[in-house]
Amino acid sequence: MPRVAIDVLLKHEILDPQGRAVERALPGLGYEGVEEVRVGKHLELDVDAEGEELARRVERMCADFLTNPVIESYAWRVIEDHERADHEPAEA
Amino acid sequence: MRVGVVTFPGSLDDGDARRAVELAGGQPVALWHAHEDLGGVDAVILPGGFSWGDYLRCGAIAHRAAIMRAVTEFAEQGGPVLGICNGFQVLCEAGLLPGALLRNEALRFVCRPVPLTVERTDTPFTRAYRPDEQIIVPVKNGEGRYYADAATLDRLEVEGRVVVRYANGRNPNGAARDIAGICNEAGNVVGLMPHPEHAVDETLIGGTDGLGFFTSLLAAAGATLDA
Repeated sequence: MPRVAIDVLLKHEILDPQGRAVERALPGLGYEGVEEVRVGKHLELDVDAEGEELARRVERMCADFLTNPVIESYAWRVIEDHERADHEPAEA
Repeated sequence: MRVGVVTFPGSLDDGDARRAVELAGGQPVALWHAHEDLGGVDAVILPGGFSWGDYLRCGAIAHRAAIMRAVTEFAEQGGPVLGICNGFQVLCEAGLLPGALLRNEALRFVCRPVPLTVERTDTPFTRAYRPDEQIIVPVKNGEGRYYADAATLDRLEVEGRVVVRYANGRNPNGAARDIAGICNEAGNVVGLMPHPEHAVDETLIGGTDGLGFFTSLLAAAGATLDA
């Protein structure tokens, strides 16, 4: 079954106080030169579909439930096992 | 006057809402989220709390609960529906009210009494108030910053659908245009972040400014019966 990764952020024009707080904290920790921090959500799911059917189902889930189009925008893609965010990197 | 109060998993203020209805002289009816009908109640309250732990987004899972189909139908037929705090979030997620509630601007959970101006006094929940009456009611939320795009906000203003607004510049969460509560086009669906059900008993936390939301309902019912 294809694994789908969905990234969700508040729309660009909406204030993200969490991102702002992180941005302000970074320089104090020695991480200079970082701007435009946005904090969002990352979802991963196995979907039992392929091709256009997969796209249709993912888009529908996103628009209807997984995101709120009033405040959020999203991007999704099919990922391989090694691209999972919870993937444990192999020991070097 | 039978007023249904819906309990979702994670609702906190359903008990207070039922008690407020009782103090106002109504008959509270406990409704369970998994039921598919409203048991013939005359009005519905969606109470505050953290339905389904606020998972995904506040109110996102609650608005798919079985009872929400009945609530939507009831609202579309003109039935009075009040969403308080999490209940307001549920109404926005359900599309019964426009906009959404976002994380507070200052990232803090805010729990304190706030002054409100009642701008709309012909809804079933606010007719006990005088136009522009100022009341004090507690807020307690982490995600109470009302947001809608500029066109929607303009429309709410033009159509007089801002029901309550934070007064005296004391906006506790960064809500757009100090909006604390709004109603739908017909005026029968009202949502607000502050908690009128917590301000109904002088001996408890002081102040009874919230009681009008519940006595209004009875006045509304009386008016309908007389008509």
